[in-house]
Amino acid sequence: MKTLAEFIPEPSAEAVAALTARLDAAAQRRLGRSLALFHVPTGGCGGCGRELSALDGIVYGLDRYGLRFVSSPRQADVLLATGPLTANLQEALALAYAAMPEPKWVIAVGDCAVDGGVFKGSYAVHGGVGACVPVDLLVRGCPPAPGDILAGLLALLAANAPRRERPPRRRS
Amino acid sequence: MSSSDLIRTAPIAPCRPWPRYMLASEQWMALSPGDVALLAFWADTASVYALFASSTGQILLTSTASRDGEYPALSPRFPAAILPERMVQDLWGHRALGGVDQRPWLDHGRWSVTHPMAARHGPPGSPTEYAFRPAGDLMQIPTGPVYGHPAEPAHIRIHTAGETAASVEVRLGYAHKGSLVLMRGKSPRTAARFAARLSADATVAHSVAFARAAEAALEIEPPPRAIMLRGVMAEVERIATHLGDVGAACGGHLGGRLGWHREQMMRAAQAAFAHRMMMDCVVPGGLAGDIAAEGGAALDQVASALAGELPKLIRALAGLGEGVGVVPAPALIAFGAAGVVGRAAGLATDARHSPGYPPYPAANPSVAAGGDVASRLRLRLHEVSVSLSLVRDWLGSLPSGPVGVTLPNVSGEGLAVAESPRGPVWHWMRLDAGLIASAFAADPSWRLWPLQEAACAGAALDDLALIDRSFACARSGMDL
Repeated sequence: MKTLAEFIPEPSAEAVAALTARLDAAAQRRLGRSLALFHVPTGGCGGCGRELSALDGIVYGLDRYGLRFVSSPRQADVLLATGPLTANLQEALALAYAAMPEPKWVIAVGDCAVDGGVFKGSYAVHGGVGACVPVDLLVRGCPPAPGDILAGLLALLAANAPRRERPPRRRS
Repeated sequence: MSSSDLIRTAPIAPCRPWPRYMLASEQWMALSPGDVALLAFWADTASVYALFASSTGQILLTSTASRDGEYPALSPRFPAAILPERMVQDLWGHRALGGVDQRPWLDHGRWSVTHPMAARHGPPGSPTEYAFRPAGDLMQIPTGPVYGHPAEPAHIRIHTAGETAASVEVRLGYAHKGSLVLMRGKSPRTAARFAARLSADATVAHSVAFARAAEAALEIEPPPRAIMLRGVMAEVERIATHLGDVGAACGGHLGGRLGWHREQMMRAAQAAFAHRMMMDCVVPGGLAGDIAAEGGAALDQVASALAGELPKLIRALAGLGEGVGVVPAPALIAFGAAGVVGRAAGLATDARHSPGYPPYPAANPSVAAGGDVASRLRLRLHEVSVSLSLVRDWLGSLPSGPVGVTLPNVSGEGLAVAESPRGPVWHWMRLDAGLIASAFAADPSWRLWPLQEAACAGAALDDLALIDRSFACARSGMDL
């Protein structure tokens, strides 16, 4: 069956080689510093989610740091969880995490996601996202201010930048 | 006999400030929507409760006993009871005999108990496939509960006919935390943190309604300074939430600008009340603390800047969403109009003015005709300008004195309302020797979600997100 998608020609090998030569190692490292973020609400009051939205606005300008939200876990590097992990969202969290490619990180955003917060011990919550997925970074606060969340993301960028360098994409 | 007259013939229980009429089940079954509208519906271990407003605006709280775990359903005559009846079945196990919809609502079969609010819990549930409304041959698009971009959890099932949404069905309950169970056995002062975490974008409104219900039950009054500062906080919250909601709906340059003002308002709130969302600042008896010395100036400065730019921002909305997502008139009548959605459809409904509560002056709420996305967005920004002048007036005339009183350890039953950014939140509680025996919080979203479903039917698929943002219904606030 004939594909209806637009035909995009492969870039010429000479053009790629010329461009690569112009990018020194430092520039490559900087360009490699980008992370795709995926928000999984794990049953919070919406406060942490609202502060994540604020990060996306013009005041904090996530894009500036190479950070952006994506709408599929398959495109994501970092899972941001907000909420005490309600029983009704555990499966959604597990599925989103499983769909993310390696390497991947999880940030528990807010006191609820850290350990259940004030909802600890309820019949309906698991008491923190660590009960379901491995957590790499905790950002405390109820809710944490956008600046605190951003500081956590930048720390993750800085700590993992060397490991995230990938060989240039191979072209057939 | 009209329903409101019928209710008033029943014996009363001493709930304050509105008595509770204890209806026999024959009287309960005779209630009809001719002259009363259902505002909220909940239960305790022994009875179910229905809160009505009469056509003259009188608040009528009623209850009827649940016998052998059953009571006669209201939903065949009051569609606004459909979702709450399902919630009552899940939490307390009271079955609505003849109920329109018997599917579970909050209970997804994943809790460690069933009927967690009942006198005796049931065994743990088991997850079952949710039975969405049948869609015939239509294609279904499932969205959520997880979106990747920051959002609260909701599953929205869209049944499409080509590029049009033939119908939309929402499923919630994902953020159910068991807040009402956590409140039980605690003092209102301790339980206030659960009321403050029902819905972050209405945390002040929920806290005010919760505190006022406790104060009504205990027959105490907070000091005048606390009452006026509650007003300041509630209006700052309305400004920030409206800016956020309209900004999310319009996006782009205007969305960015509204987000910028929202951020300034939240920073001023931080300076004034030591919390960006003013969470836990309102407590039963008054406030957790006084406004910071430089707080009034910080709020006033941000308010002036926003007030100066607001007319331009309203003009920039232009015709966004005109004719889109119109709430059909029969749905408005069936579910009762609440909040911005009601006012944007021409109905003068606002709990700040009717039944009214301090510190709000008597006034008529602004309304808009249309009932579409454009009316809802424009009205929100108009309400921001009204809130700005209230905040500035109150900051300029704060009474001096303390901001809290201590709570007596007595028993009582209280009911109160506060107008949140999305509509009236009703809180009810019964105290036993100063501790909460039973409590409920009714977010207006119980009535708004069915209106959103109705407004989405027939809309273009591309417009559904815009319609959703123009309603800005709670997820967590309703999931409890």
